[in-house]
Amino acid sequence: MGKLFAVVVVLITLVSAAIFASHIWWLPVDISAHGHAIDRQLTETMATSGALFVLSQLALAVFAWRYGDRKDGRKVTAFPGGVTPMVVLAVVLVGAEILALTFVGSKVWAGIYQAPPDPNSLQIDVQAEQFAFYFRYPGADGRFGSVHPERIDEASGNFFGLDPANDTTARDDIVVPTLGIPVNRPVLLTLRAKDVNHAFYVPELRIQQDFVPGLVIPLHFTATDTGKHEIVCTQLCGLGHYNMRAYVEVMSQPQFDQWLKERAAEQ
Amino acid sequence: MTQTTAHHHAPPQGFLRTHVFSLDHKVIGKQYLDLALVAVCTGMVLSWLMRFHLAWPETPIPGLGRVSPTGAAGGVITPEYYLALMTMHGTIMVFFVLTTAPFAGFGNYFLPIQVGAEDMAFPRINMTSFWVTLVAFLVLVAAFFVGDGPPLSGWTAYAPLSAVGKDAGPGQGVGQTLWAVSITLFCVAQLLGALNFITTTLDLRTKGMSLARMPYSTWAWFITSVIGLIAFAVLMPACILLILDRVAGTSFFIPSGLVISDRLQPHSGGSPLLWQHLFWFFGHPEVYIAILPGFGIVSHILPVFARKPLLGPRVLIASLVAIAFLSYTVWGHHMFLSGMNPFSATLFSVPTLIITIPATIVTLLWIGTIYGARLRFTTPALFCLGFVSVFVSGGISGFFLAQPSIDTYLHGTYFVVGHFHFVMGVAAMFGIFAGTYFWAPKMFGRLMSETLGKWHFWLTFIGVYCVFMPMHYLGLAGNVRRYSAFTDDYLKPMIPLHRFITIAALFTGAAQLIFLFNLVWTRLRGPKAPDNPWEATTLEWSTTSPPPFDNFGGRPPVVHHGPDEYGGNSAAGDYVMQASSESGRVA
Repeated sequence: MGKLFAVVVVLITLVSAAIFASHIWWLPVDISAHGHAIDRQLTETMATSGALFVLSQLALAVFAWRYGDRKDGRKVTAFPGGVTPMVVLAVVLVGAEILALTFVGSKVWAGIYQAPPDPNSLQIDVQAEQFAFYFRYPGADGRFGSVHPERIDEASGNFFGLDPANDTTARDDIVVPTLGIPVNRPVLLTLRAKDVNHAFYVPELRIQQDFVPGLVIPLHFTATDTGKHEIVCTQLCGLGHYNMRAYVEVMSQPQFDQWLKERAAEQ
Repeated sequence: MTQTTAHHHAPPQGFLRTHVFSLDHKVIGKQYLDLALVAVCTGMVLSWLMRFHLAWPETPIPGLGRVSPTGAAGGVITPEYYLALMTMHGTIMVFFVLTTAPFAGFGNYFLPIQVGAEDMAFPRINMTSFWVTLVAFLVLVAAFFVGDGPPLSGWTAYAPLSAVGKDAGPGQGVGQTLWAVSITLFCVAQLLGALNFITTTLDLRTKGMSLARMPYSTWAWFITSVIGLIAFAVLMPACILLILDRVAGTSFFIPSGLVISDRLQPHSGGSPLLWQHLFWFFGHPEVYIAILPGFGIVSHILPVFARKPLLGPRVLIASLVAIAFLSYTVWGHHMFLSGMNPFSATLFSVPTLIITIPATIVTLLWIGTIYGARLRFTTPALFCLGFVSVFVSGGISGFFLAQPSIDTYLHGTYFVVGHFHFVMGVAAMFGIFAGTYFWAPKMFGRLMSETLGKWHFWLTFIGVYCVFMPMHYLGLAGNVRRYSAFTDDYLKPMIPLHRFITIAALFTGAAQLIFLFNLVWTRLRGPKAPDNPWEATTLEWSTTSPPPFDNFGGRPPVVHHGPDEYGGNSAAGDYVMQASSESGRVA
């Protein structure tokens, strides 16, 4: 029975590890300036914790194979060296891995979420609601109009609650259901939630952030490749959660300028 | 150390007092286990429905349309019904299975016996605790049948979705209120239970039962009680505030300016993040409330079948205490991307990673215990070994999620689902299975079938890996969780893997019928069990199977030995019972 257990554990371990290593199911292409740091951190964690996974399972399997009761009168034997070296080894090895991961990983995190946005970032206001995203560009005046929740009106398309009658800065705001951004230019999103929690997740951009009602949350990144990708909600927001999505379209600067001009004309 | 003479009450008379409203901790323990059995069957059926829908979203499920004409008209699950199934599955499993069975169930039955007491310190509070838990369960299940639908905010019930009421859509009416009432009641029951466990452990230990001689399972239940006392004391007021937001117009978790269903909500001043902080201040320790009893059960059972003492018993206890303490410092790792100050992410990440040190040490102690053993591969032993394997698998993926930078990508994906199912779901279930097969002879006076038990183990062990390991692959590919259908272009290629998982889940679920049959058959007709079928040493094996009403027939045991003195020579064999007066340690 011990041998069977050992064989099954080894098979499970090797098959699981092989599928991880083969990258059959793996991260999609990275199109962000910061994504390579996340990918590297993930790969390094995969290597070190993968080794721990395989070694632990193999030790379990080998001992189960080796130390079954064969009714041969053999005496049990204690673990060589006792518990102290094992504890020291665990503290040192796992502690070293923790230090390494924290040292590198916190820099990666800080670079994305704690670093101030580039002052030349393209600023876009994002409103999430059950079950859609809307994106607002400041228009020709470079300024966003104020938002007034009581003025939000889906029927007339006033998704942000703007007041163009009294607020001149709101008159040229461009509101669209697709996030258009230029390639290689820093983008600063300000995330607002109209009703409940939502989240902004673009796997290819290696970025994710919750929308929280009552908070305006900044999120900045730079896309490094053109293309169209899905923005999905990852925070449970109600029955239509699974279908809450928009697209991010990364364009060259001239294409973006043209795109924004066309959207402005449609307002 | 005090003696058991502090507490006496007479054997009950009549059916109701003996089997229903019993003050006997053993009856109450079995009641908890039976409740958990009903709950786990319910939770598992819900997961089957979810998995079937994810794999074949358009295919009707026979009969389901009759059970829920609105949620699954014609047998096809609607998006809101899927979320309700998910919410109820999570809530039932976390609270009424993973907390109820390994802690309240086994703990109630065996903690007093293992410390040599004749009952819990407060039998009436103990009985109250069970009945409040049962009412909590019934209130939760009632949410399935209310007019505006069962709750769908997930087991975490994030506000303001869970707080604003009907305007937020289906499932946010009475159903969500019942959810909050149910959890509040559950908290009350757990607080009463925790007080009882702590007092019993500290005050009712028999002569000679020093802390150093206490069985590891008792240590784990004791430490779990301390965790629960603090954790549930936070969740309970949080749920009360949630109920007030829902029914009394308060705004604890609801800020101003919310427009829901085209209506500006009449709330202001609340904070959705406050709910998250309060919930996860409970929620992360809850992971350890679910798994620490499993640690205790495995540490208790493994030496029995390894026929040698546990490696490093004091290190084990120190590690459990460290885990308990650290469990209160890590809750923010559920909230890296929640909008809280990103600086705090690093502060929550470090203790989360540090907690892997005591967890690694405990795992190494188990593996080191197997070294040089004479392993008897009984069903409980196999489930202990399986526990170690799945705990390693689930624990390792925690390394990824503990790092905010990687969580940026993996948060909200199936990687998280795979991680927590392995580490707190499957591992805890393996602990429950190990405990059931191990203690069934004592609880029921009958032996479970080893042949059926081993079939159950192999099918379950292979099955859970087929179900939960692929979820990590899905997460790496960016597959978002809590979706009732995968309509996004980038998610459609994942559907074949989802189908594989579903088929594996249905097979693994079917394998549990073997366990169910074995358990029912054993209780009704299983062969009579001797007092100590496993040649184990702790006090529960010094009394009859099942034990008499006062546990030791009026003769409280005196303890002379540690809990795991195996591997030497004594009159009994290669072990010395804790209550044996034979001198000297044999191993």
